[in-house]
Amino acid sequence: MVLQPSERHYRDWSHRRLGPWCSPTGSPAPLSCETGCGEGSWILVCRLLVPTQVSLLSMEEDIDTRKINNSFLRDHSYATEADIISTVEFNHTGELLATGDKGGRVVIFQREQESKNQVHRRGEYNVYSTFQSHEPEFDYLKSLEIEEKINKIRWLPQQNAAYFLLSTNDKTVKLWKVSERDKRPEGYNLKDEEGRLRDPATITTLRVPVLRPMDLMVEATPRRVFANAHTYHINSISVNSDYETYMSADDLRINLWNFEITNQSFNIVDIKPANMEELTEVITAAEFHPHHCNTFVYSSSKGTIRLCDMRASALCDRHTKFFEEPEDPSNRSFFSEIISSISDVKFSHSGRYIMTRDYLTVKVWDLNMESRPIETYQVHDYLRSKLCSLYENDCIFDKFECVWNGSDSVIMTGSYNNFFRMFDRNTKRDVTLEASRENSKPRAILKPRKVCVGGKRRKDEISVDSLDFSKKILHTAWHPSENIIAVAATNNLYIFQDKVN
Amino acid sequence: MEGPESAMAVVAGLRTPENVTCVLPRGTMFARGLKRKCWDGDEDVEGAPAAPSYSLQRQSLLDMSLVKLQLCHTLVEPNLCRSVLIANTVRQIQEEMTQDGAWQLPAPPVAGRGPLDHLVSTEILCRAAWEQQGQRPAPDLPSELPGALGAPAPGSAQSCIWEADSSRGHRGSFPKSLDQIFETLESRAPSPVEGLFADAGGPYYDLDAVLTGMVGGKSGPGGGDGLQALAPAGAPPPSASCKRDLGELDHVVEILVET
Repeated sequence: MVLQPSERHYRDWSHRRLGPWCSPTGSPAPLSCETGCGEGSWILVCRLLVPTQVSLLSMEEDIDTRKINNSFLRDHSYATEADIISTVEFNHTGELLATGDKGGRVVIFQREQESKNQVHRRGEYNVYSTFQSHEPEFDYLKSLEIEEKINKIRWLPQQNAAYFLLSTNDKTVKLWKVSERDKRPEGYNLKDEEGRLRDPATITTLRVPVLRPMDLMVEATPRRVFANAHTYHINSISVNSDYETYMSADDLRINLWNFEITNQSFNIVDIKPANMEELTEVITAAEFHPHHCNTFVYSSSKGTIRLCDMRASALCDRHTKFFEEPEDPSNRSFFSEIISSISDVKFSHSGRYIMTRDYLTVKVWDLNMESRPIETYQVHDYLRSKLCSLYENDCIFDKFECVWNGSDSVIMTGSYNNFFRMFDRNTKRDVTLEASRENSKPRAILKPRKVCVGGKRRKDEISVDSLDFSKKILHTAWHPSENIIAVAATNNLYIFQDKVN
Repeated sequence: MEGPESAMAVVAGLRTPENVTCVLPRGTMFARGLKRKCWDGDEDVEGAPAAPSYSLQRQSLLDMSLVKLQLCHTLVEPNLCRSVLIANTVRQIQEEMTQDGAWQLPAPPVAGRGPLDHLVSTEILCRAAWEQQGQRPAPDLPSELPGALGAPAPGSAQSCIWEADSSRGHRGSFPKSLDQIFETLESRAPSPVEGLFADAGGPYYDLDAVLTGMVGGKSGPGGGDGLQALAPAGAPPPSASCKRDLGELDHVVEILVET
């Protein structure tokens, strides 16, 4: 599908150059390890809506853009269920930011280039490409619908001018190529300018077609479709550091693929019991080690993490390492197992640590110590006394993700009421921020939020019973080298930046 | 210890947190943990009636979980992780109830509503039901048990779930299904839903059949007969010790009902 973003008519692209694909754009801002996330302040850069038919967006303070956008703009209140963002991911340079939604669409945003005229616009992201990645399908054998919701997007490292990403729904993984075209050939012999065939009798001379510049077009094409390999719902995909293979994980199995081969995959983990009645544990997330192409981890619904080495055997059912924290007997309840279920697992950029998210905490584990995590952070411990209600309304099954910053010094995860939390591993400070329209004006500094757990509620605090559990931040992303974060709140994508200077 | 005295003692032991560790067998749930964590809000409420008994809470949780397991009859495949976690919770409760020898009989559902998106204090739900009944739970457990047996509180929790989940589930079938479950519990006679409930086990749910039904994706658009649609799991017959426990259970129930 070819998309022509018409706002590009209004911008001068002559200075644009393709890439860079070898080095990050701009100079990295000092990371939070120097400023500290508790002391640093975060500002809203832009709030991006992803409405269904529009490829443009609005930023409230930018009048020029607004004039352009008015003819295409849709009412903010029209958020449909299909617009709910289900995954967010920066690419390896941070230049691109991809989102997937429940309607099966992928929207890619690109960082605004630095320009002398509009310095303040740096750090803002604009729509770069939109395409329909997955369509709803119907499994006739089981009489069940296969949702088109995009569960995960993972970028491939850039190796040429085009960008490649993997996107997956419950059953099928697709490899998409996103490329730019700013030249087109003109002067064909057999076709006229509109592409119609010319009457051979009218051709009297021969000429060589030449490439002439054209308006920039961004096209997304599906290059590979990896289908029919998963009986259960895919929850994770992870690109291997060899850039040749990747894995896809569902509730009971993990498959290893080669990017070039779509009709075959290797099953590397299978925890399906012979008798399904004995099923008590499922795979919840999986990821490859960032540097060792033979190593990966997967987490389970029982709060355990297994590290596997693919060199050990073809089927990695026997783990190399097994990470589990002993249960705290004083906190035991019927909900202990449910809240210990790990919803996300992420390697640190260094490859030395893994971070896991369960319902109430984020834990950091050292790969060399399996007995317990080295750090545990309470995300919203005030919910511990509300587990029965949260079980009743199914919120206890919400799957929150977690992310590292570029230097592995700060970790971030979401919560309810559109709150998200950051924990600085060095200073041990933490902060709660809110991603909401009412409370954030562009470029305004975000005010830290606080939940009061009992007793007197201070003026700016919010009580536990006032929290809105329908507003959950499940998906967040952190720029690979700068302090820029993307936070998905229902159909809104918030981009925040650490205010330096 | 054997016999109904042990069951009474165990349940009595659950009443106050202090003597829990003495009475509870190893590996079972700590009532203190359950009381404080499960029944939300009771620590904050002043002048409220005493929190519902542990058995009541546990029964209510069991009912809620069973309803959740059976609400998966949508067009889209149910979330396997969620089903497994709920099933494990049910198993835990069942194991503990078997050890305690405590079975609660159901009560007819009472109207009540629980909004989905905001927290609902389950304790308040139960309290509302008691107020309707005009009774408060007695502090002594032995006398509390018969009261608990007749209390509508589990029912109110159930009906709240039905109301809350009706947008997702098939409303008409669930009261019927749940009634069938409780019918089986009471009578221990083979119910119309033979495939789901094991024969000899009596009130012991064939949980594995439920889970298999969920997991195998056998839920179809004709979800109204969800229970019938679940294939018989052919679960292994209950062990001998289980049968003995259930024999004691009958005895206990007989005693309690007669009082």
